[in-house]
Amino acid sequence: MSNMFFIDGQEIAFTPGQTIMDAALAAGIYIPHLCHKPGLTPQGSCKLCTVDVDGRSASACTLPATAGMKVDNNTPALQEVRKTLLQMLFVEGNHLCPTCLKSGDCTLQALGYHLGMLDGHFPPFYPLREVDASHPDVLLDRDRCIVCALCVRASREVDGKNVFAIGRRGANARLIVNSPSGKLGDSDLAADDLAAHICPVGAIMPKNHGFEVPIGRRTFDLHSVAESDVATPVTLKKTEHHDE
Amino acid sequence: MNIASSLPSGGDIHLLHRLRALQDRHQHIPPQTIAPLASELGLPVSQVEAVIDFYSFFHRSPRGHFDILFSNCTSCGDLVLMQQLCDLLGVVPGVTRADGLVSVDQTSCVGMCDQGAAALINGRTLTCLSAQQLPALAALIHAGTPLDEWPAEWFAVQDNIRQAALLLNDTLSSGDGLRAAVQAGAEQLLAELRQSSLRGRGGAGFNTSLKWQLCRAAPADTRYVVCNADEGEPGTFKDRVLLTRYAQQVFEGMALCAYAIGAQHGFLYLRGEYRYLLPQLEATLAEMRTANLLGENILQQPGFNFDISIVLGAGAYICGEESALLESLEQKRGVPRVRPPFPVTHGYLGQPTVVDNVETLLAATHIALHGGQWFRDHGTQDSSGTKILSVSGDCMAPGIYEFPFGISLQTLLAACGGQDAQAVQVGGPSGTLVSRAEFGRKLAFEDLATGGSIMIYGAQRDLLAVVRNFTHFFAHESCGFCTPCRVGTPLLRQYLDKIASGHGTAYDREEMARLGKLVKRRSHCGLGQTAANPLLDLLEKFPQVYAERLLHQDYEPFFDLDAALATTRTLTHRDDAEAHLS
Repeated sequence: MSNMFFIDGQEIAFTPGQTIMDAALAAGIYIPHLCHKPGLTPQGSCKLCTVDVDGRSASACTLPATAGMKVDNNTPALQEVRKTLLQMLFVEGNHLCPTCLKSGDCTLQALGYHLGMLDGHFPPFYPLREVDASHPDVLLDRDRCIVCALCVRASREVDGKNVFAIGRRGANARLIVNSPSGKLGDSDLAADDLAAHICPVGAIMPKNHGFEVPIGRRTFDLHSVAESDVATPVTLKKTEHHDE
Repeated sequence: MNIASSLPSGGDIHLLHRLRALQDRHQHIPPQTIAPLASELGLPVSQVEAVIDFYSFFHRSPRGHFDILFSNCTSCGDLVLMQQLCDLLGVVPGVTRADGLVSVDQTSCVGMCDQGAAALINGRTLTCLSAQQLPALAALIHAGTPLDEWPAEWFAVQDNIRQAALLLNDTLSSGDGLRAAVQAGAEQLLAELRQSSLRGRGGAGFNTSLKWQLCRAAPADTRYVVCNADEGEPGTFKDRVLLTRYAQQVFEGMALCAYAIGAQHGFLYLRGEYRYLLPQLEATLAEMRTANLLGENILQQPGFNFDISIVLGAGAYICGEESALLESLEQKRGVPRVRPPFPVTHGYLGQPTVVDNVETLLAATHIALHGGQWFRDHGTQDSSGTKILSVSGDCMAPGIYEFPFGISLQTLLAACGGQDAQAVQVGGPSGTLVSRAEFGRKLAFEDLATGGSIMIYGAQRDLLAVVRNFTHFFAHESCGFCTPCRVGTPLLRQYLDKIASGHGTAYDREEMARLGKLVKRRSHCGLGQTAANPLLDLLEKFPQVYAERLLHQDYEPFFDLDAALATTRTLTHRDDAEAHLS
């Protein structure tokens, strides 16, 4: 019983200090998530990993597991909550999958398939956001950004830089670049930085590498988001992108 | 050595203060000043940029030399007056006049709900504004008359204490609480506090002695005391009065806490709207240093060193949330932290920190002198002592009322002349909407918990307009960290706007309620968790208010074709009847 807890009735082992998410991934149980990547400081902002812990709502990626805890994860009600959150992320930005280079490799899109999302449901915001093409090797298209801050953390925690930050407030929250001009081209981002590759959507994309893998053979064309996330061991270092 | 000068981030070295100085001098933050400021303070440029855009009182383009912000609160706001002044001045809200003289805009509640209509002009508070006064005000602006030469009574802020009890009646002499505490010792102080059963007055009601005890027990070399004076909940203004009349006892409460937990540094985080209080608060701190109530070896106790610095906010309601406040103290955007860990173990700069409300610290000073039982003898079993209430809205005598916990809403309404109310918002927009049928309910943690905001709505008020106001407020103040609140609060605003404009259907109402429950249950912090309360309460208690506005058809799109043609009308310079649909 010590160092064991339950996800949907299944008994799971954990090491003290481990989050529900990390213990679940280690046990091969998928909890949907977008802003989390094992190895980076968990943030708990996208709320896709929302679970009910002994009846109370919590983020699986930030809450440490404790002995005997009863976690609801894969329930119809929670999947419905996650689908609604996903729809909110879609209508908040400008996500045009058919013309997006990331299509098939995009975790947001893959979660849409996983959760059976058929429409945006809510009125779209159509925000005006800036594209930044100033960097020779990396494109920043804020239309697709979901402010998950994975790039912010990857740059600080793995690359040893501080290229990105989140600016502004509320629905206007935006990814900003830490350079005097605010342009990516004036930052010290390098093409092989983890921050240049970690984006789960198509907001930060390598230039000059379009359509190398044809549609139909991309990550989530072949695997569900649940399979690939649980099956692929993640090691965070520069140049490695776990979707590849 | 003056401890204040060595505090990690007070005075002129705090980013918020530096940005305020730039804003004052240039009416905005000039782009060329940002990189040098970042470099001087040793911060990343992106952090300075992010902070500028997070706080409402900093601007990217110049505001007028007279920059006026009208409160949009349902108690101290009057946007009709704002429009009248705009017409007199020839300005559009939110757009600086071409000659740069003046700009007019709205802002969230400025804490003058007992003496509205209120506005801020260049950060100074205008109270009791009236339509009659506006031509004279506009004339002073046109003449470029400096604010110091304006009629002083326009800036006068009254205390309006209507009912005083335990805390407000008692005139303590300077240092009474602290002297009693050091005589009895820290253990005894904590015992008295435990005996008092004092709970936090900000609204959440955490046991104060337990908070202090946990902080004291947390292993660390450095601990901090923070007084949360970011009183942003619309309808709340008690901390304004406490910091006007009883600041010394509040600071003494901070010193008591420092004594109990072993802290050397304290911060008063004061909301930017109250910056007019800054000179007198600094003067009070200076007097206390002279009297050896702050500084080194306080009251001749060897090693009891403690001092306080004041950090001024800059227009962000979310900073009233304690972990967002700590982020703001650390010169960052006010984004609530993941909890656990809690501030008592990981607070300011990661060190154990007590964050207490102004009123809590005032009560602690009284308890230190009079003992825990004295306090415990008042109030109810679960809510000891008294509560200081900010009463505003449709009543005869708005102002400050101190009552023992456990009085009924009816009693309070009788005291302030608000018996004709159809509804009362208890605890501000994040609290509870209470209908007439429930006026017998008690003000106490176990029934109607409140940080002190009591907003009264008479029979003539449109409650949908009130709830719409609150819902706009939350969408404006959301920090944007988590998906449910960042996206959910603007969506709830859209649903309410649609229903209020007569375009909502029963389906929209149901979808709004479904989304509201999700935002409430799944958001990261208290803001999102309470943002849907007003519209859900209204649905539960006043369903007819919605029903009266609904379209009797199954579906009506959000898309408004006529509104979408506005751009075309602008481009073709047409606004005649035929350029409009129906």
